[in-house]
Amino acid sequence: MNDEIALRVVMMTEGFQIDIADNVATLLGDAEAGMVRLRGQSAVQEIRLTQPIKTGHKVALCTLESGAAIVKYGVVIGEATRSIGVGEWVHLHNCRSRYDAQSSTLNIETGTREETPYV
Amino acid sequence: MSELGWQGYERQDGRKGIRNLLLVIYTVQCAEFVAHEVARGEPDAHVIGFPGCYDNAYAIRLMLALAWHPNVGGVLAIGLGCEYTQPARIAEAVRESGRPAAAFFIQDRGGTSSSIAVGKDMLASMRRSIAEVPRVAMNWSDLVVGCECGGSDGTSGLAGNPVVGRFFDHLVDRCGTAIFEEIVEMIGLREVLAARGRTPAVAAQLEAAYDKAERYCRSVRQYSISPGNFAGGLTTIEEKSMGAFSKSGSRAIEGVIRVAEPPSAPGLWLLDSVPDESFMQFGYTNPNDTEGIMDLISAGAHIVLFVTGRGSVIGSPIAPLIKITGNSGTFKRMPDDIDFNAGCVLDGSKTLDDAAAALGELVEDVARGAMTKPEALGHREYFIMYKHQDTPSLAEGCRA
Repeated sequence: MNDEIALRVVMMTEGFQIDIADNVATLLGDAEAGMVRLRGQSAVQEIRLTQPIKTGHKVALCTLESGAAIVKYGVVIGEATRSIGVGEWVHLHNCRSRYDAQSSTLNIETGTREETPYV
Repeated sequence: MSELGWQGYERQDGRKGIRNLLLVIYTVQCAEFVAHEVARGEPDAHVIGFPGCYDNAYAIRLMLALAWHPNVGGVLAIGLGCEYTQPARIAEAVRESGRPAAAFFIQDRGGTSSSIAVGKDMLASMRRSIAEVPRVAMNWSDLVVGCECGGSDGTSGLAGNPVVGRFFDHLVDRCGTAIFEEIVEMIGLREVLAARGRTPAVAAQLEAAYDKAERYCRSVRQYSISPGNFAGGLTTIEEKSMGAFSKSGSRAIEGVIRVAEPPSAPGLWLLDSVPDESFMQFGYTNPNDTEGIMDLISAGAHIVLFVTGRGSVIGSPIAPLIKITGNSGTFKRMPDDIDFNAGCVLDGSKTLDDAAAALGELVEDVARGAMTKPEALGHREYFIMYKHQDTPSLAEGCRA
């Protein structure tokens, strides 16, 4: 039983926070909703994901109001387009570029442009 | 990284190469098939070419820079016979660098089959000639390494690019030359970029290059981010930018070079491949990864590092491409294509320094002659297009 728990702890997906100022962390593996251990420059040991998040994608480390700056690498990488809860997936559906207007119009799973005609 | 060095090929213009290749250049799309048939079955013959019938100063300058590349020993230029770009003038310019060169028009040689036969004879003759090229000692201070990323995902900025950045620090500390590019992947980082300039004058150059890139992206309404990047977890160009910029390492930037301009001194250089404002308001700065890799080779890169989180299968002519991923899943999924797994820094099994040292050993092996995976598979993708840059002639050299 203890071995099983130990194995689950070892297998637990990790998130990586690059800079202490960041309000998002990057998943290092596909994760289900639940606890994820944090590595890197993180003030806390772990965070509870409120939904599944894929590898390479971002989780909010604190509650972010609409319009709030999203910070990764210690720099602003975009802004929240609506309120984002702690543990929530941060991507095209709730975060937009401050330069690139198309970023909030794309398919959130595939990133493809849906308005491009194929006829 | 050892200090011993390796044996290279000494060109008459004084440059030192790590390969001794023949380059076949076609001057219009109509000559593309014949050029590839001439090079077929000749592993030391690589092909590049320009598709347009109407000539373009940028494309000619790029092809000449590739023809004069230190890894190239001899050049065969093939045209159809109607186009503006002149194969004979390419051959003439190449001969001035001390390399053997030949040229012909397909229309003068009686068509496809006879042109292929003539071309193969010319290659055989040049091969005999470049077999005599003297060998010369090379070390890190002679080496120029470029870096580009493509098919990026959330691991690229965490592992793949930072490992390259640390290797670039090591290379620059050994008086080598490192070139990075993709200013359109520095959007949002104006201050971060300018702060890396060696002098205030270089910082001003970096700001000017950045401002042009931002104007360019706004005007074409396309930022350098693709569906695969979004699917891989990158949400905005600013986020991709920080990851891409980490491949530049931490050393001071010596200056900004343009396509086909070799750096004038060792150290870390930024290559600006964004078109300058001109009457030619068409085209994208780097429409695909291959175009960017060609730009790095045109600046004299002996080897190009290509960081791909999601996994790309491309290679390159002239300068071997070393493919690196920060995504261990991609490395396992594409074992024939990816040379180096930087994912070890994410699972904690290697430090950034150890991974960069291992990458340095791989670069040295390739400089000694070991084939990279795309090189061994025969990947020789190339891309030359219409573009405009206000660059002086190659003979005038670097402006930095």
